[in-house]
Amino acid sequence: MNYLILSGSTHGEKTRQATEALKAQLELQLNPDDELTYLNLQDLDMAFSDGRHPMDWRDDNAKVIAAILASEIIFIGSPIFQASIPGSLKNVFDLLPEHALERKTIGLVITAGSPRHYLVAEQQLIPILNYLKAVVVPKYVFIEGREFAGDGLASDDIQFRLQNLIQDTQQLAQAYQTVWQAEDESFGF
Amino acid sequence: MSHVNPHVLPHFDPSKGLEIGIYSLGEWLPNPHTGKRIPASQRIQEIVEMAVYAEEAGLDIFQLGESHQKHFLAQAHMTILAAIAQATHRIKLSSGATIISTSDPVRVFEDAATIDLLSKGRMEIVAGRASRVGLFELLGYNLADYEALFEEKFALLLEINENERVTWEGKFRAPLHKAEVLPRPENDTGGLPIWRALGGSMESAAKAGTMGVPIYQAHLGGAAEVYGHRIQLFRDMAEANGYDSKHIPVSTSGFLYAREDTLEAYRAYYPHINESMKLTNGQGFNKRAFAQGQDMRSIINVGDPQLIIDKILYQHELYNHQRYTAQIDFGGVPLDEIKRTIDILGEQIVPEVKKYTARKD
Repeated sequence: MNYLILSGSTHGEKTRQATEALKAQLELQLNPDDELTYLNLQDLDMAFSDGRHPMDWRDDNAKVIAAILASEIIFIGSPIFQASIPGSLKNVFDLLPEHALERKTIGLVITAGSPRHYLVAEQQLIPILNYLKAVVVPKYVFIEGREFAGDGLASDDIQFRLQNLIQDTQQLAQAYQTVWQAEDESFGF
Repeated sequence: MSHVNPHVLPHFDPSKGLEIGIYSLGEWLPNPHTGKRIPASQRIQEIVEMAVYAEEAGLDIFQLGESHQKHFLAQAHMTILAAIAQATHRIKLSSGATIISTSDPVRVFEDAATIDLLSKGRMEIVAGRASRVGLFELLGYNLADYEALFEEKFALLLEINENERVTWEGKFRAPLHKAEVLPRPENDTGGLPIWRALGGSMESAAKAGTMGVPIYQAHLGGAAEVYGHRIQLFRDMAEANGYDSKHIPVSTSGFLYAREDTLEAYRAYYPHINESMKLTNGQGFNKRAFAQGQDMRSIINVGDPQLIIDKILYQHELYNHQRYTAQIDFGGVPLDEIKRTIDILGEQIVPEVKKYTARKD
């Protein structure tokens, strides 16, 4: 299985910390033939979408697009800024073809400064992922600022919820892959 | 109210039915069944051979497109078309598409008119704006001018085509002052049929109608019916601007692969499409969407000869178009398989389609 963790914020620390905690847990249970890529938009120099074909990009834009297209399971980390997903993450979606997330299973980790932002992922992020044809795990992990301390997560509860997210995402991906494989074989070509 | 269309329109004889030809984008990809890719020289020579074979099979037209990105080798498509002009005698030739946005319309006209003289009047131009944009940087253009470049250069190409002397001023090219662009095709108009290539944009279809120029529309997948809306908009806009839309031709194109058995055709062609799309587009071709090609209403013309005949006739009912060109070589299809498809086209499909689309009146 090809895994990608995409941390979607260009500033702040909490989305990075949350996705790094997810990465640490995921690494413990990878099989030898699994591949895991971790991309943090803070480390990348992304250009704004200008409508060009996804294959016509170079440098970090090409790297992010290729990593997304090559993955079967994607964990997306997003902060909530100004009651919205950040523009940096939306830009990544704007770079992709319309069917970019077809046959990909997505788990979400959301960091926010206020519990009142709980539905932003539900109302803004998931519709975009559905448009891009993703299979999205219905339950996501929503982490508020008080769950962090020092350079990481301070909450055992959140650690357990990240474990649950990994399992839910893997199970959904495996179930769908069985269905897709059966469908492909049914065509007879 | 109709007024005279100032453009050089391709001529179609309704009594002969739908024109059918083949087109290639000149891609250069491995054969997924063997994993091997032939040398560039061989691929280019085989494109010429494909055109010669199509002529022998009685097909109406051969088209070749311009692409500049990796996995393609028809960058100098006019040069290859010139070689085809020398090797053939009867079949019509066309670019499909020439990327006019990043070309000098004077040079495009000079090249195409030369091929027209070499081929004794068989050349046409399809002018497009490129779905891939690497050539903007390669040739020194700004991607921000994508739409403006196309509109200005397409309009200039038409002007050169329709006038022996051109005085013109624009944004993206040096002005022309009573310029005589030579050579001229040896026909009554002194010009060439020039088509506007349409991608997925309704706006472009509307503009083509407003200008009264013929359209060339490529179809990748999905329900045939959907593409009819763009053609209808084109005709509506032509009528609204005073042109008689019945006299402005429409050409369509898309995947075709014919074998005696439908499932055999899908087994043979799907890996070519799917693996090549992964290389050129970053994603494979959705298998469910491809499998829907077995339904007569899908635009994907893959199957046994009768299914393809039914599909093309259904598409003709929807579009009432004048020409259809088939992409039969995409993704490393070996030459003997290409020839097999041309044989089936020439012997079984074309005669039936023409029989039912020929107008007696």
